[in-house]
Amino acid sequence: MTAAISVTGVDMVFNPGRRNEVTALTGIDLAVADGELVSLIGPSGCGKSTLLRLVGDLETPTNGSIEVNGKSARQARLDHDYGMAFQSAGLFDWRTVSANVELPLELLGWETARRRERSRELLQLVHLEDFAGHRPWELSGGMQQRVAIARALAMKPGILLMDEPFGALDEMTREHMQTELVRIKAETGATVVFVTHSVPEAVFLSNRVVVMSPRPGRIANVVDVALGERGDATRVDDRFFAAVTAVRSALRGSAAPMATAPGMEVAVE
Amino acid sequence: MTSTAYARPQLGLARRALGRVGLVVGAVVAVGLVWTGYKAMGAATGGVWPGTSRPLPVPTDDTTLPPFLGILRRFGEPQRTGDPIPLWQYLVDASFFTFREAVVGVLAGIVIGLALAVLMLRSRWLERGLLPWIIVSQTVPLIALAPVVVAWGNQLPFGYWQAWMSVAVIATYLTFFPVTVNALRGLMSPGRLPLELMRSYAASDRATLLKLRFPASVPYLIPALKLAATASVVGAIVGEISAGLRGGLGRLIIDYAQQYLTDPERLYCAVIAAGVLGILFVGLIDLLDRVLTRGRPRETT
Repeated sequence: MTAAISVTGVDMVFNPGRRNEVTALTGIDLAVADGELVSLIGPSGCGKSTLLRLVGDLETPTNGSIEVNGKSARQARLDHDYGMAFQSAGLFDWRTVSANVELPLELLGWETARRRERSRELLQLVHLEDFAGHRPWELSGGMQQRVAIARALAMKPGILLMDEPFGALDEMTREHMQTELVRIKAETGATVVFVTHSVPEAVFLSNRVVVMSPRPGRIANVVDVALGERGDATRVDDRFFAAVTAVRSALRGSAAPMATAPGMEVAVE
Repeated sequence: MTSTAYARPQLGLARRALGRVGLVVGAVVAVGLVWTGYKAMGAATGGVWPGTSRPLPVPTDDTTLPPFLGILRRFGEPQRTGDPIPLWQYLVDASFFTFREAVVGVLAGIVIGLALAVLMLRSRWLERGLLPWIIVSQTVPLIALAPVVVAWGNQLPFGYWQAWMSVAVIATYLTFFPVTVNALRGLMSPGRLPLELMRSYAASDRATLLKLRFPASVPYLIPALKLAATASVVGAIVGEISAGLRGGLGRLIIDYAQQYLTDPERLYCAVIAAGVLGILFVGLIDLLDRVLTRGRPRETT
């Protein structure tokens, strides 16, 4: 498998040389294979969101390089390789649900009829086809988040960057959305980088969980998760709990990084 | 979304219109009652507060305070004796004349205000450089500026420039300010999330302006337009007076004021006409608001 994303020797320093200088990330090396789903997990301030933003070219690294599909992150963004979803849906109030999903396509200059058709497909994918004409504020938080995900998928991006997209949802909706994401990813074959606070969420979704530690932000551990095809049965599978435990202990280890050999891999099978 | 309330239940359009009319009639009746009551009190006590020897703030004789019904009746009477055309027709014609100046003033104010706001949005340096001048511009008294604008207008080389256009320029001077300030606020209102979203789509500055910043600024622009509409009417009337322009409410008000002692009701009629013009103009902006913000969450007030 070729690497869709490769991050090499990346450091990120905010406000360099000033009194409020912050080293957000140091010495980050990470390769994400084509079609892989990788979660970034760690305590607040470990730089997981920053890493995601660097990959998406919303920030520029201080040192190191980021390659996406064999080009720079900036070029990948200009080529519309990314779909992004954040913790809040960020829908535009003045547009209908369907028009929100169509926004990226409108910017690409698609014709109206083609846009409508694509938006209909996407809303079907997130089971919101009956709400195309509604306004975002008429929808629940979970539904809004599904619209945001449909919008992120509109341009058929090869790479989905998601920053705690389910963070604000209740547990039931959250699990439902996770199942949906697994299904959508299987249907679209996208590569996904997923930032989360939740260990079970990371384990349920991912092929690999990247455990990060703070001050300065770095990768403390990478946990392989081999659970095969995910479904509701996965959540009660013993191997699921074993993987959750492995990530937990990796997280705990990262709080006292000296206790763990750096780069150690915890394989779960 | 917690601060967002749902739209109030929609009453039928006819019922709402009827409610409005009722409100207006009620307000007129209330003002009439207070006005007439005050006059009656003054007549009964000889111009002092009842039970005291303190004089009333406004004398109640028929010249200072003409009878309320007399003012209303005056609308239907000829402008001056021997003239077959009733006063209200003069006022309607004059209102249309002034309205044209005010509308052009608001439209030009919107164009200039938006252009300035977009310029200032593009560069913080421009914002720092321009904003103080824009604020200073509003401290120049209109009556000082108006004759200058009229004089410049008269010297313009092109033949189609008319005096009323100079008055519209004077009105514009008042309208562009609220539009500029609020448009800038509105254009800068989108937070990091929607801006980064546009960035992730590799949207151009122009596309971000058209698809995100302009729509986001509409709720900020509507109150500015209401301010601009009323300011534009005032600017047009003052401009007409300064320019000595015939045909509008400004000139009528000056004429009627000079003949106040012989015909006080007429001046009140002209002032009422100016007020009605302002209200209608703001109502028009309200209508525009309804069209532009259709389907958006409404704040309940």
